[in-house]
Amino acid sequence: MTDIMKINVGPQHPSTHGVLRLITELDGEKIISIKPEIGYLHRGLEKLAESKTYLQYLPLVDRVDYLGGFFTSYAFCNAVEHLLNIQTTKRTEYIRTLCMELNRIASHLLWLGTYMLDLGASSPIFYTFRERESILALFEELTGQRMMYNYFTFGGVRFDVDNNWLDKVNDFLNILPKAIGNYEKIITNNAIFIDRTKNKGILTKSFCSKYAITGPNMRASGLEIDFRQKMPYSAYNELGFVVSVNNLSDSYGRYLVRIQEMRTSIDLIKQCIMFLKQNKDNVSCNINPIKLKIPQGEYTSYVESSRGLLCCYIQSDGSEKPYRVKWRTGSFYAVQVLPELVIGQNYNDLIAIFGSLDVILPEVDR
Amino acid sequence: MNYLYFWYVQLLAKYNIPKIFADITFPILPFCIIAGVMIVVVLILVLAERKILALFTQRKGPNRVGYFGLLQTVADAIKLLCKQNINPQGADKILFNLAPIIAFSPVLILWGLIPYSSEFEFMGFSISILLYLAIAAFPVIGIILAGYASNNKFSLIGAVRSGAQMITYEIPMIFVVLSVVALANSMNLKDIVLAQMNTNPIMGWYIFPCILGFLIMFICVIAELNRCPFDLPEAESELTAGYSTEYSGMRFALFYLGEYASLFVMSVFIATIFMGGFLPVTQNYISEMLFANNQFLQVFIYIEQVMWLLLKSSFLIFIIMLIRATLPRLSSKSLMNLSWYCLMPLSVINFIIIIVFKYITEGRM
Repeated sequence: MTDIMKINVGPQHPSTHGVLRLITELDGEKIISIKPEIGYLHRGLEKLAESKTYLQYLPLVDRVDYLGGFFTSYAFCNAVEHLLNIQTTKRTEYIRTLCMELNRIASHLLWLGTYMLDLGASSPIFYTFRERESILALFEELTGQRMMYNYFTFGGVRFDVDNNWLDKVNDFLNILPKAIGNYEKIITNNAIFIDRTKNKGILTKSFCSKYAITGPNMRASGLEIDFRQKMPYSAYNELGFVVSVNNLSDSYGRYLVRIQEMRTSIDLIKQCIMFLKQNKDNVSCNINPIKLKIPQGEYTSYVESSRGLLCCYIQSDGSEKPYRVKWRTGSFYAVQVLPELVIGQNYNDLIAIFGSLDVILPEVDR
Repeated sequence: MNYLYFWYVQLLAKYNIPKIFADITFPILPFCIIAGVMIVVVLILVLAERKILALFTQRKGPNRVGYFGLLQTVADAIKLLCKQNINPQGADKILFNLAPIIAFSPVLILWGLIPYSSEFEFMGFSISILLYLAIAAFPVIGIILAGYASNNKFSLIGAVRSGAQMITYEIPMIFVVLSVVALANSMNLKDIVLAQMNTNPIMGWYIFPCILGFLIMFICVIAELNRCPFDLPEAESELTAGYSTEYSGMRFALFYLGEYASLFVMSVFIATIFMGGFLPVTQNYISEMLFANNQFLQVFIYIEQVMWLLLKSSFLIFIIMLIRATLPRLSSKSLMNLSWYCLMPLSVINFIIIIVFKYITEGRM
């Protein structure tokens, strides 16, 4: 029995995906206790909403999850639309779905790169960023922004897509499966990668329900729950896709689910493009967002984001400003389950397991 | 060596410097040469690594400083020299300052032990391979001291990992070297190289009877160098920078220098004992064809021998860099398992194979 070493992993640490602080106690290199400490990236996005009008708050919504801006802004817009009782056009919903699925691919690509970096492989991040860059270029062309899009509005989207842009997306989708195949070639059957991820960080079904884990992390534990299919929102009820799921429950399973999800997203986007090329509808509603007053009421909208279930709760008191806005994000719950996964493991596996949960800290702290 | 010695004495005699001065300075001279050459080699290696990694990851690599980015590492080195040396609070000052020197200086001696050509060898002992292995194990002391003296937990964990790793991978390596010694009947590195001479320039290499040993040796060397996939001691995703976390400026540069210098010398060592060292790959020396009637033919042959050695070792360095670009890091448990359960038995099997091979080919043990 050696002395117990207390070690502070973070908040300034190369691989805590932002500013998470993990107060870790080590016995030799074995982790005996770990306490995640969050709040270093708290920007008060929920309280801020109460002093801003709905339109003023809309650009800030993208910042809740900076790798999945479309998800958060969809959740917010959807909640407002429900409270206003607006029906959006089909074309709007297809554009939104397309953007969200592209965003999911971009987010998963970034996760793959950084996760491999956590495991010590330095090359894959350059390959995944190459593809992610193409997606960001497409977003930039569509919305004028690379990360904070501010593209969805109440009852519509800011700009309509044209066939030229859709062709570009299609071209990109044609090269992406080959790129994903190339990542798999150097990662999936890599003996060291399997050694680092198989049977590491086992997230059982009971943990999933106990800690409210959602998204790819949960689907890698054998729970086939995808809110895109279970409770379809946006245009998902008209699109056909297979939920990617496996029973491995470990880091390797979570990796496989995310790879599979990227492929699913490609299918979904192709279906959206097919629809959008034929349909010529309007993409906005006749509302004036500046003088927007929302009738009294409350609503919780939900999105299956790339990091799990993302909910936006809005309570309105009938004025121009929301009375209360609350975000529910997937990463917040994934951080909490971390101690269950890593206690008793080697310190070496801490970052390897933490990385596999795909936590980003702005989403946790908000 | 004698040739060089007389040349040196004569050179000094020209300027009326007494012979005693030549006797004193001659043994020191090689280290001055090594130190100078080493810095140039390391600068080239760092640049080469960055360029090669850039090639693998579809980037351009350094391309701003100097033509084609050639002066990038020079600029980096100057920057490191100019930086402040920080003594962390609570650090053991003496050990903290001593550690980089202890980690770096043994590498200088390693460079001196290698026969670069048939006449150009700084220290030609009859047991130079043994001395090489002994001194190659030395830098780990510097690393452990660095971790201990830094008063930083990340450094400490990195240093302990490094110590465990180096001791673990030393043993299979020594077994492999033993089989090479058995093949060559000598512990002198130059004799080992000359024993690989054959009518066919490549078939005499010890890599052929000893292919298993070569692979073991290659893996062990990567582990000894703390390079990917064995870079646990400086695993940046967990330990920020391992044992060198608290170091800055010139002291950090010394660690860096030592790392790349030993990368080079270890590759040269493998090339020497397995790939015929300075022996040419072609049937005859190319110089013999080009400068057949030149009075300095012998000098050209020496230079060519150095070139062959560099060529072989740079091939190995390229492979090591390719591995770094491809593989993720091992977990610490499988790192130990790989050595104790896999490489150790294999190295013993390799030794037995070599003994049998020697018995069959030479008819004696």
